[in-house]
Amino acid sequence: MTGEKVERNINCRQALHRVYDFLDGEITPETRDQIARHLDKCAPCLRAFGFETEIRRLLADKCRDKVPEELKTRIAAVIDHEDKARAAVGGVTEGAEL
Amino acid sequence: MADQATFAEDTTGFMDSLYTAALRMTRNASDAQDLVQETYLKAYRGYGGFEAGTNLKAWLYRILTNTFINTYRSRKRHPEETELDDVEELYLFRRMNGRDGGIGRSAEDEALDWITDEEVKAALESLPETFRMTVLLADVEGFSYKEIADIMDVPIGTVMSRLHRGRRALQKALHDFGVARGLVAARQG
Repeated sequence: MTGEKVERNINCRQALHRVYDFLDGEITPETRDQIARHLDKCAPCLRAFGFETEIRRLLADKCRDKVPEELKTRIAAVIDHEDKARAAVGGVTEGAEL
Repeated sequence: MADQATFAEDTTGFMDSLYTAALRMTRNASDAQDLVQETYLKAYRGYGGFEAGTNLKAWLYRILTNTFINTYRSRKRHPEETELDDVEELYLFRRMNGRDGGIGRSAEDEALDWITDEEVKAALESLPETFRMTVLLADVEGFSYKEIADIMDVPIGTVMSRLHRGRRALQKALHDFGVARGLVAARQG
């Protein structure tokens, strides 16, 4: 990132080094274009980028859990309790001010 | 300012993903449930201070992360930064595409079909805590570097380095599962 020259062409090593930044969308448009140009003409790198994309999808898809219903109920109850406690405190405060 | 009356309506949709994150962080269903409950209670109490229209999901994750760090994390502070072995780039790709450079079958998709949900979760949970949380926020939840930096209260450079190292280590963990099940050939060298 420091003193990065905007060269038109980059090599495989340079492209692969930025694979995560590229997939994360956290690069400048110039670097993005450089990588895209490289991938257009380099099948092995394109496969590598595709593979990393798949791994990402795998993580996002296969790492999900559903919150248990009883926890939902418990949280609703805790918040309800908090609400009532506040209302009670609020009531006392208002009364005290009179 | 956000209205406390709409709290449940506004936040219920994030409960599954917060619970998922809590499970990965605590690695324990009972602690995860307590952590999510504590997070929602704190969020409810602080909801008046949440600026309506800003990133609610990131705000909830920040509370979850802080609560986890303050309550459930083991006492040692930073030693695990160095506990992660250096793994080369594209670890899994290089091992699953063979020595011929991967010409031939374009089997990337099928190549990963063998990995089960349990293995993905276990691989993620095998990472040291700070790496695990960073990878989770980026790859499972899709937060940007900046959002992760805000949630975890670290510089963006730290987010990037944890992501790079964490993702590589995760690939090695997945590969080890594949080898253990005899589905991926162990490769010398």
